[in-house]
Amino acid sequence: MNQKQKSKIEVTLMYLVIVITSIIIFYPLVWTVGMSLNQGTSLYSSSIIPENFSLEHYKWLFSEESDYLLWYKNSLIVSISVAAGSVIITSLVAYAFSRYQFVGKKNALYVFLLLQMFPVMMAMVALYIFLNMIGMLDTLTGLILVYLGGQIPFNAWLVKGYFDTIPRELDEAAKIDGAGHLRVFWSIMLPLAKPILAVVALFNFMMPLFDFLLPSIVLSSQDNYTLAVGLFNFINDRFANNFTRFAAGSILIAVPVATVYLFLQRYLISGLTAGGTKG
Amino acid sequence: MNHKTDKFKNHNPNVATILSIIFAGLGQLYNRRFLKGTIFIILEVAFLITLLDSINFGLWGLRTLGTIPGTDHSIRLLVFGVLSLIATIILLALYVWNVIDARNQAKKIKDGWMPKGFKDTIIHFYDTAFPYLMTVPGLLLMIFVVIFPLIFSVLLAFTNYNLYNSPPRNLVEWIGFDNFKELVTVPIWQETFISVLAWTIVWTVVATTLQIAIGLFLALIVNDPRIRFKKLIRTILILPWAVPAFVTILIFSAMFNDDFGTINRDIIIPLIGGEGIPWLSEPIYARTAIIMIQTWLGFPFIFALFTGVLQSISKDWYEAADVDGGSRFQKFRYITFPHVLFATAPLLIMQYAQNFNNFNIIYLFNEGGPPVRNSNAGGTDILISWVYKLTFETNNYAMAAVISLIMGLIISGFAFYQFRQTKSFKEEGEL
Repeated sequence: MNQKQKSKIEVTLMYLVIVITSIIIFYPLVWTVGMSLNQGTSLYSSSIIPENFSLEHYKWLFSEESDYLLWYKNSLIVSISVAAGSVIITSLVAYAFSRYQFVGKKNALYVFLLLQMFPVMMAMVALYIFLNMIGMLDTLTGLILVYLGGQIPFNAWLVKGYFDTIPRELDEAAKIDGAGHLRVFWSIMLPLAKPILAVVALFNFMMPLFDFLLPSIVLSSQDNYTLAVGLFNFINDRFANNFTRFAAGSILIAVPVATVYLFLQRYLISGLTAGGTKG
Repeated sequence: MNHKTDKFKNHNPNVATILSIIFAGLGQLYNRRFLKGTIFIILEVAFLITLLDSINFGLWGLRTLGTIPGTDHSIRLLVFGVLSLIATIILLALYVWNVIDARNQAKKIKDGWMPKGFKDTIIHFYDTAFPYLMTVPGLLLMIFVVIFPLIFSVLLAFTNYNLYNSPPRNLVEWIGFDNFKELVTVPIWQETFISVLAWTIVWTVVATTLQIAIGLFLALIVNDPRIRFKKLIRTILILPWAVPAFVTILIFSAMFNDDFGTINRDIIIPLIGGEGIPWLSEPIYARTAIIMIQTWLGFPFIFALFTGVLQSISKDWYEAADVDGGSRFQKFRYITFPHVLFATAPLLIMQYAQNFNNFNIIYLFNEGGPPVRNSNAGGTDILISWVYKLTFETNNYAMAAVISLIMGLIISGFAFYQFRQTKSFKEEGEL
């Protein structure tokens, strides 16, 4: 009996912890939704449960006045290009590292491991000056190229680790049947590595979407802003006036992203653990 | 067959080596690899005609950083210089390879090996060159956006490049370790550096450990067989990870606002009374708030990670412990905890490294503020956000580079640990 009671108390406590955590998780999210539905743009007069329900901020985001749709488009251009480009470049690099012996291979792997630790920040000044010299400052192309180059060290390891788990007998058999290097890559490695390539694509789609630092340095004109920079500039003058608009804009980006994440979280985790423990 | 081999008995590898040192391709010609030799010769001639001048100019620029103020742009020269340096290294590697190739082939010929036909040579060339061809696009991109900028930043630390001494008006000069000396001897730099470094370490350790501990705690609770609705609970707990971080940080920043933030207005003042807590204007409160926010942002990932690992621990272990009469704490201490840590150690280390460099939260929450007296960094500034400020607000590029360099050294410590941990690297080592 005593054992049973003890267990009951324990379970109750555990549920209590879960409930409290859930409240802490939901509070800011619900608060933001509430803000976005308030009338007027000032935080002072806003409350979680709006006195006057209104969708005016959402309407405003889609109106001629705001650049919101343009930023959304820019973000999508950058994210899609980086996702596609990184899958192509990284899988080629990882294929070479996984299946071939060549001079400098081991050193290159060391360098990759070291480089993925360094923050982009350290290279900021150089990137700024360099992009300026080749006329790519304030262009989406420049931003995309920097992302593409920067993701290689980490993702090459991730994909190489996965390629290593694909049995070599498969490609040796294909080579005996007369398949060339590229043919093996295209018809054997790529189809088998789909799960990890999906993870790479997703990471590299999300990363530019969330990143604030790099675009805030590279992009300077309003027309080229990505969502993160644009939304930050909404409230840059310290919440004085645009916070409710910012809240509405955030929700329109957070909802689709969160949905995708929740659907794919299992693959994200498995991809990361594969990279962490194997690669 | 025999007399053919004899013909090459006097083929001398040393001659091939020396010839190819004198001029790339000559050794190959001596080996009767006419196509290869011609290609090498054409490449070297092309290089001598076109690139030699600019590389020479680049290296000169790197050495002197310009000599005529107003005409020579030191920073452009530095960029050219670093690029020339990288080009030189690549070209040297190619040249060495050319020599080794000539020597090896000459040896083979001497031992009686016959050069194959034209078609076979092409196929052979394709086979050996394939891995290089695959890596070249990625490697080039990396050289320009990762390696070149890093070298550039390191070099910048040894110059006097700042707002008051910047091209085109002035020339930048090499000043050796003067910046480093200034950092540790000039009081304002010294004090700021020490306080920022101390806070960076506290921040990294406390915030990361907290998010790992809470993630582990929640994973254990939700994994308990007596808890129901597991799927729903997991989805809720992962939510903070799913929302874009820059959005949540900015939202928190508004919520913690001293005057009109909901934390003060709706929670602190009604419950505790008083004027509310100065979250954004007192360093100690700002730091507490930032650590709490990072915990909110970071625990879901750890939670999801640990949940996966916990499910993979075999039940036999616990049953064996039950037979031996192990207590619940003992089971956690000797089975669960080591298992979870072992499976995720490299990723946890990465979490520490990430928080060490967590620019987003520091900058977006309060732009590193509040300002602190006798210091040129804000109260919550960690090294990386301080570097950002030095670079883009006060344009003290050289000092920013010095601090980046110090950060780089600390990061290498993480990297070194990672080297030893990574399993596939150990396997690679045996190859």
